[in-house]
Amino acid sequence: MIAIAVLSGFVLAVFAPFVHRLTKPLSGWVLAALPAAIFFYFVQMMPQIAHGETVRAAWDWVPSFGVTLSFYVDGLSLIFALLISGIGAFIVAYAGGYLKGHKDHGRFMGFILAFMGSMLGLVLADNLITLFVFWELTSITSFLLIGFNHDKPRSRRAAIQALVVTGGGGLALLGGLLLLGVAGGSFELSELLASGSIAENPYYLPIFLLVLAGAFTKSAQVPFHFWLPNAMEAPTPVSAYLHSATMVKAGVYLLARMNPILGGTDIWELVLPVFGGITLLTGTLLGLRQTDVKQILAYTTVASLGLLVMLIGIGTDVAITAAVLYLISHALFKGGLFMVAGSIDHSTGTRETVRLSGLGKVMPLTALAGLLAGLSMMGIWPFFGFIAKEVIYEATLHHDPRMWITAVAIIGNSLMLAAAALVGLRPFFGKLLQTPKEPHEGSPSLWLGALTLGVLGVVFGMMSHFSGEYLVAPMASAIGGRDIHTALHLWPEVSLPLALSGVTIFLGFIWFWQIDHLRSLLYAATQRLWGPDHGSDQFLAALVRVSKNLTGLLQTGRLNFYITFTLTMLALTLGIPVIAYGLLPTSIVLPDVALHIYGVFGLTVVGALALLFARSRLQAILSMGVTGFSVALIFLIFGAPDLAFTQFMVETLSVVIIALVLLRLPVDTYDRRDFLPSLRDAGLAISIGVAFTSIMMAIGAEPLDLTLTEYFAANSYLEAHGRNIVNVILVDFRALDTLGEIAVVLVAGLAALALIKVRDGILTSPDANRVTREDEA
Amino acid sequence: MNSLILRTVVPLLVSIMLVFSIFVLLRGHSLPGGGFIGGLIAASSLALYMIASGSQAVRKALVLHPMSIGGLGLLFAVFSGVPSYFSDVPYLTGLWYEPEFFHISLIATPVLFDLGVYLVVVGSITAIALALEEWH
Amino acid sequence: MEPILAVVVGILFAITVFLFLSRSYVRIILGIFLLSNATHLLIFTMGGLTLEVPPLIPPGATVPTEAIANPLPQALILTAIVISFALFAFLLVLTYRAYQALHTVDVDEMRDAEPLVEEDGA
Repeated sequence: MIAIAVLSGFVLAVFAPFVHRLTKPLSGWVLAALPAAIFFYFVQMMPQIAHGETVRAAWDWVPSFGVTLSFYVDGLSLIFALLISGIGAFIVAYAGGYLKGHKDHGRFMGFILAFMGSMLGLVLADNLITLFVFWELTSITSFLLIGFNHDKPRSRRAAIQALVVTGGGGLALLGGLLLLGVAGGSFELSELLASGSIAENPYYLPIFLLVLAGAFTKSAQVPFHFWLPNAMEAPTPVSAYLHSATMVKAGVYLLARMNPILGGTDIWELVLPVFGGITLLTGTLLGLRQTDVKQILAYTTVASLGLLVMLIGIGTDVAITAAVLYLISHALFKGGLFMVAGSIDHSTGTRETVRLSGLGKVMPLTALAGLLAGLSMMGIWPFFGFIAKEVIYEATLHHDPRMWITAVAIIGNSLMLAAAALVGLRPFFGKLLQTPKEPHEGSPSLWLGALTLGVLGVVFGMMSHFSGEYLVAPMASAIGGRDIHTALHLWPEVSLPLALSGVTIFLGFIWFWQIDHLRSLLYAATQRLWGPDHGSDQFLAALVRVSKNLTGLLQTGRLNFYITFTLTMLALTLGIPVIAYGLLPTSIVLPDVALHIYGVFGLTVVGALALLFARSRLQAILSMGVTGFSVALIFLIFGAPDLAFTQFMVETLSVVIIALVLLRLPVDTYDRRDFLPSLRDAGLAISIGVAFTSIMMAIGAEPLDLTLTEYFAANSYLEAHGRNIVNVILVDFRALDTLGEIAVVLVAGLAALALIKVRDGILTSPDANRVTREDEA
Repeated sequence: MNSLILRTVVPLLVSIMLVFSIFVLLRGHSLPGGGFIGGLIAASSLALYMIASGSQAVRKALVLHPMSIGGLGLLFAVFSGVPSYFSDVPYLTGLWYEPEFFHISLIATPVLFDLGVYLVVVGSITAIALALEEWH
Repeated sequence: MEPILAVVVGILFAITVFLFLSRSYVRIILGIFLLSNATHLLIFTMGGLTLEVPPLIPPGATVPTEAIANPLPQALILTAIVISFALFAFLLVLTYRAYQALHTVDVDEMRDAEPLVEEDGA
């Protein structure tokens, strides 16, 4: 059932363009039925998981390498699965309205469903390799979605950048996961989680660093944050879904998942909070510099991810609870705000905050959605974001008495509050301004999702007992690897965290009030800075330059150079071991066999030499015949009648075909090389020949492994009912090989045929017709 | 090649070779032979026919386009593995439905597979040979 | 017996390489013909040689009654012979097509796909 939930996304993705064409005006709602069904499937698992149970399902994939297709549901993966499928349902419906009339609308729906499947697979995977496969699938679907408007150079650049950054991190992650599997003794996460921390393992540090590289690239931590704002080139449903609510949280998911295995060490508690904190500040500061609504949201997403990494790094019970709370509330309000931003863009034709004002009157429902999400992001009572912020301060205060982290959190949160006000509130109040399009309220698909997510932000806040019991506690326990049960209070106690909340809101409104000054200040400060965004361009450009030079060096365009180069390499590969191990034969013992056998050997060599010195085509054809037939004789002498017959027939047919082609080539076959190059080539040729002979003799002196041969001989008649063992191997034991080989023969024939027929410019239709026509003529 | 003797003898020779090729194909499981050799013999006989009577005569005699024959062969080979699914054994596992007679068991998936090999070899090689012959 | 065949195979490989290195496409094709024969002989030799006893199970027996030739390399080579023949035919056609299009079989003159750009700048 879990596998169906994961894989059905991919199946529907394939048919999405057809479904879209069939149900055009409502395709968003139709396709959203699948994520909704998956969502309710996971909802009914909630009570079970909340009681601390876990569910696992596994199928063999590559059993010989310990790779299974296995899924594992616990508190952590369940909440993620709920977010992915639940928000996914709204996003699919939203995309149905948002992209209405786009020429590739159906394809887009397919991509987004495939992404949903990948993301579900990623968070539900139990096997490390399964996890990696789905991890990469999210990178690929993200690439496709960012580059969806592929006729725009900016989209292409952003897509490539995202793919290079997350793909590079993915490679590091693969290394880390393989090491982890070896070090931890299992490739199943459930077993690794059960056996606990591997901090004592000698491989801990490389595993930690590699996993971190994967998580940080995916979750856009400084210095890899730059790809995420660029990814805003994607259509807004993508930004709302992948680049705020789900995919970018994959890195956070990974860290949370690995917390019981890798967490709790000094380096973990140092690196994660430091990078998370830097990312939080960088993200908010860079975000307020922007005027584009989506850009502001993207940078605050970077900041939020930093905050989450910081909290996971702290790792105390309260911090983990705070991370869970913030993760859920962030998914709700950020997904909602992106959808609101998209609706505004869709309706007014602009996303510039300075041009958006007073929209509340014309788009009341969108405004309500924006307001709810914005207030939750600002952390205003009684929203879920408020509870999250209280617990965040509790966690940082508790953890660090010197207040460093708390100070970072306060500044970050207050800046984020200003950004939230800028995006969620400001466009809807004040005087209506002139916009490129006449603003109007969109269809229900455009506001329903955002509104629902906004309402959920209130509901979860109000029903803090329920959300604590069913959402937060199971997930926090799964992250911590221990029972974490923090009571949530909607009504705050009068304490330091509440006071800090007050400070945050106060500071936030100051930032918001002075936003224009702040923006120009930040803009001036960052304008001349070299950033990794620019750096990645330079890196790619340098890569292209180096490859171009290298290609120019190696790909000279001269076939002769390629062949010489390859063969020299071959000579070295064969020759070095021959000399290093002293395999050069010193003498050859001539076996005592009949003279005619020597005669056949001699004939083979004579034929080959005659080919070498052939002066005309006829001579060449004859020499080939001599060699070919003497090889057939060798087969016959040494007990291989099948081979001999085959070779005889092939030689006969070769003569026919060679004659048909070679006689039409009005050229001589003899050599036209000068003496010196000939000498050089001869040296290379002789060294390769000697190397082959030496290696063959050395190998021949070793005993032959006849296991397979004996198996075939023993079972050929008893199991496969055949007395000709060679034929039985071909059509039974190794039939799949033979199938591949006859396919090669057929393709070679087809290719030759195509080459012949393409000359006329057309591929002639079935020749049977032509026969009758020409016969009549 | 316009030789009266060749044109008179070749049809007889070709038919004998074709029958022989099928014999070689079928006995392949127990004695030297099989689809590859049989196919090559048949292809040679067709090449001989082509040299004696021209490519159009061969195309007429074959009815189907030689590449279609090859494709049919590949199809046979692919489908010979399908009964394995119904017997719950891996793809292309040989299955026998009758005891053998005259050292040849005819109702068996390997026989169908070998027939596929035979047709692929005949089809591909004849197609190339005919096309080359007609190529100006 | 194997050492003698090893020498034969070595000679065939040496001639193949020499043919490969020539400038005429036709001679490269001839080299490919030799290469496949040399490779088949190599595999055949490395599987061990047995005089005149084909890998057949005699009537009435269920397993081979005497020492037989190794059937495994034979099965490998049998398909290899047919495949190399098919590829050889394809290469011949390709050569002729190339000759028709470019009017040469000199590999240094066949450079429509990769023209020498670097030399202009140098």
